Amino acid sequence: MSSFMHQGRATYAFFERNWNMTRRYLGWEVVWLVYNVVNAMSVTFIGASASLITGTKINTSLLILYLLIGTSVWTYLSVSFDGVTDIVNLEHWEGTIEHTFMAPISRFTHMIGSCGYAIVHGMLFTFLQLVIVAAFFHLNLGQTNYLTAFFMLVIGSVSFIGFGIAASVLPLLYTEKGMQMSFIVRSVLLLVSGVYYPISVLPAWMQPLARISPATYVLEGLRAAILRNQVIWSPEIWSYTWPLIITGAVSVPLGVFIFHLAERYAKRTGKLKRNG
Amino acid sequence: MAIRVDTSVIANLTIDSTTDAVVIDGVSKIFKKPRPLWRRRNKDGADKREIRAVDDVNLTVKRREIVGILGANGSGKSTLIRILSTLLLPDTGHVTIFGYDVEKDERKVQELINRVSVEASFFKKLSPMENLIYAARLYNMPGAEAREKIVSILTRLGIKPDRIKSPMENMSRGMQQKVAIARAFLTAPILLLLDEPTTGLDPRSKIDVQAFINELRDVHDATILITTHDMDEAEALCDRVAIIDQGRIVALGSVDDLKRHITGLMGRAESATMQEVFMYYTASRLVTEEDIKRYGSWEKAFEAIEAQREEEDK
Repeated sequence: MSSFMHQGRATYAFFERNWNMTRRYLGWEVVWLVYNVVNAMSVTFIGASASLITGTKINTSLLILYLLIGTSVWTYLSVSFDGVTDIVNLEHWEGTIEHTFMAPISRFTHMIGSCGYAIVHGMLFTFLQLVIVAAFFHLNLGQTNYLTAFFMLVIGSVSFIGFGIAASVLPLLYTEKGMQMSFIVRSVLLLVSGVYYPISVLPAWMQPLARISPATYVLEGLRAAILRNQVIWSPEIWSYTWPLIITGAVSVPLGVFIFHLAERYAKRTGKLKRNG
Repeated sequence: MAIRVDTSVIANLTIDSTTDAVVIDGVSKIFKKPRPLWRRRNKDGADKREIRAVDDVNLTVKRREIVGILGANGSGKSTLIRILSTLLLPDTGHVTIFGYDVEKDERKVQELINRVSVEASFFKKLSPMENLIYAARLYNMPGAEAREKIVSILTRLGIKPDRIKSPMENMSRGMQQKVAIARAFLTAPILLLLDEPTTGLDPRSKIDVQAFINELRDVHDATILITTHDMDEAEALCDRVAIIDQGRIVALGSVDDLKRHITGLMGRAESATMQEVFMYYTASRLVTEEDIKRYGSWEKAFEAIEAQREEEDK
C-alpha cells in the first residue's frame, strides 16, 4: 500500500510539474496555438475552395469537416507526442535529468505521470483549436456521435503513448539532435496515416505502413463517428477499435522495454550527464 | 533548528546496523571516445580513445563518517559520485550501500541516498517551492509536510521568504546552489553525496552549509561523502580524506595522519598544510630523497617535477 501511495504521489509530481511549466511558458503556448490554428485553417480552406479550384460541384461541407478532423487529430497527436518525448527532452534542456533519474520511482511511474499530462494537455489544446477554427466555417454536425468520437480518441491515445515512449529514447541516446530525430517518426505518421486524404491514394508499398499506424484507425473511427453517426458497438467502429487495442497492447510495453534498454545504455556510456 | 528525519521513504527497507555504509570494491569506469577515421593508432599501439575515469578504486565508508574526496579537475571524483548515485554503471567491481548493490538493488539504494551536484540543476522558470515540492513528492513526502520543511530549510540557509516563490532564474548561482542543498537535505537521506556543494557560496553560506552537514550526521546518523577543492572545508568537516588522481585513490586517511606523514617526508618541524598534502600526492611522481638532495628542498623538487610534467604533456 505504501509503495502504491509513493508511486501515486510521484505520478502526481510529474503532472503538477508539467502543469506549472505550462503556466510559466504560457506565452509559448499561445504562440503554438496561433500557429496550429493558422495551419488548420489553411488546410481547411482548401476544402472550402475545392469547388472553385476544380470547377466542379463538390460536397464542400463534407470536405471541410473531413479536413478539420484531420487537422485536429494531427494537432492532438503532435502536442501529445511532444509531451511524451519531454520525458527526456525537457529534463535534458533544464539539466535535471540526473536528479529525476536518481529518484526512487519506477520508470513506468515516470511515464504514466508525464504521458497522463501530455494526453490531457493535448486534448485541451486541440479542443481550443477546434473551437477557434470551427468559428470560421459553417459546420454541419447533425450526424456527429460525440461519445464514439471521444471513445476513439481515448483508445487511440494509448497507442500514441507507446510510439511516443519509443521515440523519446532518441533524445536520450543523441543528446544534441535527438529531439529533431523524433520529428522523423512524426512526419512518417503524418504521411501514411490518412490525415488529409484516404490511405487508399497512397502507393501500394506505403499501405502496410498505414495499417500499423494507430493514427490511421483513430482518423477513420473519428470520421465514421462525426460524418456518419456510427455508434461504439457498430461493426465499422469495431473494425477500427481492435487494431488500436492490439497496437496499444504491443506498443506500450515495447516502448517501455526499449526505453529501459536505452536507459541502461545511457548509464553505461555516461550519456545521462550531458545537457542539451 | 534541527531537521526532522523522514523515515517514510525507507520504512520498508532493512538496514543492518553492523554493515558499512559504502563499500566500493575494485570499481573502474572507462569511457570510450570515438576516434576520427583518419587518425591512426599511436606508435606504441595504445588506443587513446579510452579514458579511465575511475581506475580500480577501493574504499569503505563507515556509518556516520564524513569522508572527503579531493582531486584535481578531471580526476574522477564526480564519476565516482555518479556511480554511487546509480547514474552510471561501473565497468568492473561492485558498490554496495548499506548492503544493497547499486546495480541489482537500484531502487532500494535510491531510497537511501540523495545528491548535490556541482551544477545546480532546476526547472529555471519554476520557483524554489515548486522545484522542491516536485522533488519531495518523488521521495514520497506529502505536499503539506514538504511545504513546511521547505520553508524551514530554505530560511535556515538564508533564502528570504519572498524569493521562495520567485522563479529560480532570478536567483544568483550561489542562491541556486543553496536551494540544491536544501533539496538534498529535504529528504534527510542516510547517505548524502555532495559533489562540490559549496562552490560559488560566500564564506558565511559555506559555514551554514557545513553546520548543516554536521547536524545531519550528529542528529540524524547520516553518512556523508563530499568532494571538494576547498582544503579548509575538508579539514573542517572530514573524518577521513581520500585523494584521487587520474582515477586512482593515491592517499587515504585522517587529515592529521596525512599531514603528519607529509611533514615527516618534507623533513620540517612545521606541519604541512592540506594544500601541500594534496600537491604531494597528485604530483606526476612522488618526491624522493634523491630529488630533495638534488634540488635543495622539497618545494623546489616538487616545482621541478611539475615543470617536467607540463613539458611532457605538451
